[in-house]
Amino acid sequence: MWKWLHPYANPEVSYHFSVKLTPWLTAIAAILIPVGIVWALAFVPADYQQGDSFRIFYLHVPAAMLSMGIYVGIAIAAFSSLVWQLKLADASAAALAPIGAIFTVIALFTGAAWGKPMWGTWWIWDARLTSELILLFLYLGVIALHNAFDDKNLAGKAAGILSIVGVINIPIIHYSVEWWNTLHQGATVSKLDKPSMSVEMLWPFLICFLGFSFFVAALGCKRFCTEVLARNSMRPWVRALATAQEKK
Amino acid sequence: MQFESFSDFLNMGGYAFYVWLSFGLSAILLISLVISSNNNHKALLNKIAQQQSRENKLRKLAKQRQNDASSDVQEVVS
Amino acid sequence: MMFEANLSYRAVFVLVVKRDLTIALRHRDDIFNPLLFFIIVVTLFPLGVGPESTTLTRIAPGIIWVAALLSTLLSLDRLFKSDHMDGSLEQMLLSPQPVFILVLAKVFAHWLITGLPLILVAPLLAVLLHMNELSYGALILTLLIGTPVLSLLGAVGVALTVGIKKGGVLLSLLVLPLFIPVLIFATSAIDTAAMNLPYSGQLAIIASLLFGSLTLAPFAIGAALKVSTN
Repeated sequence: MWKWLHPYANPEVSYHFSVKLTPWLTAIAAILIPVGIVWALAFVPADYQQGDSFRIFYLHVPAAMLSMGIYVGIAIAAFSSLVWQLKLADASAAALAPIGAIFTVIALFTGAAWGKPMWGTWWIWDARLTSELILLFLYLGVIALHNAFDDKNLAGKAAGILSIVGVINIPIIHYSVEWWNTLHQGATVSKLDKPSMSVEMLWPFLICFLGFSFFVAALGCKRFCTEVLARNSMRPWVRALATAQEKK
Repeated sequence: MQFESFSDFLNMGGYAFYVWLSFGLSAILLISLVISSNNNHKALLNKIAQQQSRENKLRKLAKQRQNDASSDVQEVVS
Repeated sequence: MMFEANLSYRAVFVLVVKRDLTIALRHRDDIFNPLLFFIIVVTLFPLGVGPESTTLTRIAPGIIWVAALLSTLLSLDRLFKSDHMDGSLEQMLLSPQPVFILVLAKVFAHWLITGLPLILVAPLLAVLLHMNELSYGALILTLLIGTPVLSLLGAVGVALTVGIKKGGVLLSLLVLPLFIPVLIFATSAIDTAAMNLPYSGQLAIIASLLFGSLTLAPFAIGAALKVSTN
């Protein structure tokens, strides 16, 4: 049943596959993101409560969703590398970690910039913002561990264990922070209700989200290629590639 | 189009600073990530190619030296 | 260290704990330095915040717990380091005994050496910080259940960084975010106790964290040690 997957465990095959895949993903992202962003910025009606600051939503929410999704993806890759000894899964986890960290930063920053006009302050210790901040720390830990080892394969294994431990902890951290937040509610500014999404608001959101997902996929493919090359730099096919690149 | 004019659009209903700040910073972050990823890829390929040419050079030198040594031996014998 | 192939699991556990305790008793400053650090950090807070007893009472649980986190972190560094340096860690991983038991014994011994003194000193520091008298029991209980969780989770981080030269700072980056749930529930239990309300709920959650990490963490530690000694 899974036999069609087996050739892709070969670094060379999966390298060429992702090289082929990258332009398509890039093209889709390059169409969807501008459409979604322009739609969100110019054509969506302003929220009756939050006015035009609501438009940050189209950046904030996709970034936040992707930041969590990418971490889960990294943990799944780490798990499959641990169980089935797939070295390429480690490469993909290493490729994704910085992208996820950047999206976490974007989610945090846009959250702050949205919070300033709405809550009157850049930062409140809101449950979601706090969990996002802790997620950023987890990402930075994974990236730091990747960089701490000279041997890329060892680094991948170590960071994989950390990301699995982290993904088990994420729900616990999230619920404990949420619980902590409701406990100390007195000091915080009253939270805004989730804006109920009408259809005309939903479509651009979906397009933005899909666009950013394809962006992650495209960039992930590109970085995955780099990681595969770095891990196989002594192989003949990589050397042939490198000489061909230099002659160009 | 939700806005009357372009300046209206730029003004964002008074929230211009926050909206453009978040969109601008996100764009900068994402673009710099793309650029650095591409640069890393190229730098890695260059590094591999460089290492390879260095090894080739060393190998050639070693072979030359070996040839020289064997010709020396021949001279002594003759 | 010699292991016979037919040792029972309990015998292995006791053997490793005894060995680690003996080594620790020979290097007493390894026990005292984190403890001293704990005390000094706690005394710094009144100097920084001011001596008003109402403020101190309010922030005492948080200070004691954060200081406990930091001093645990500080002491964790030597959990596997010397064994890794002299090669006995690899011997241990090669032995026929399951890694789970060995790792659990090492973490337990480490907790006895560093966690237990912390719990004994904590009431003294609580006095210095004018902690509410109702919450002393909660402080001791949360430390008693909570510090083993810290040792177990921290051991995962130590096992990952033991092969790295500058592992110390990295360790704190890896491990501190994982400590957050324990910190939240422990301080909230102490606060609740100060209001003379039942705090068994928070204790139950910390206990579930303890048993969760007791069953899962040794596997992660074992896997991480195998990576590090590679």
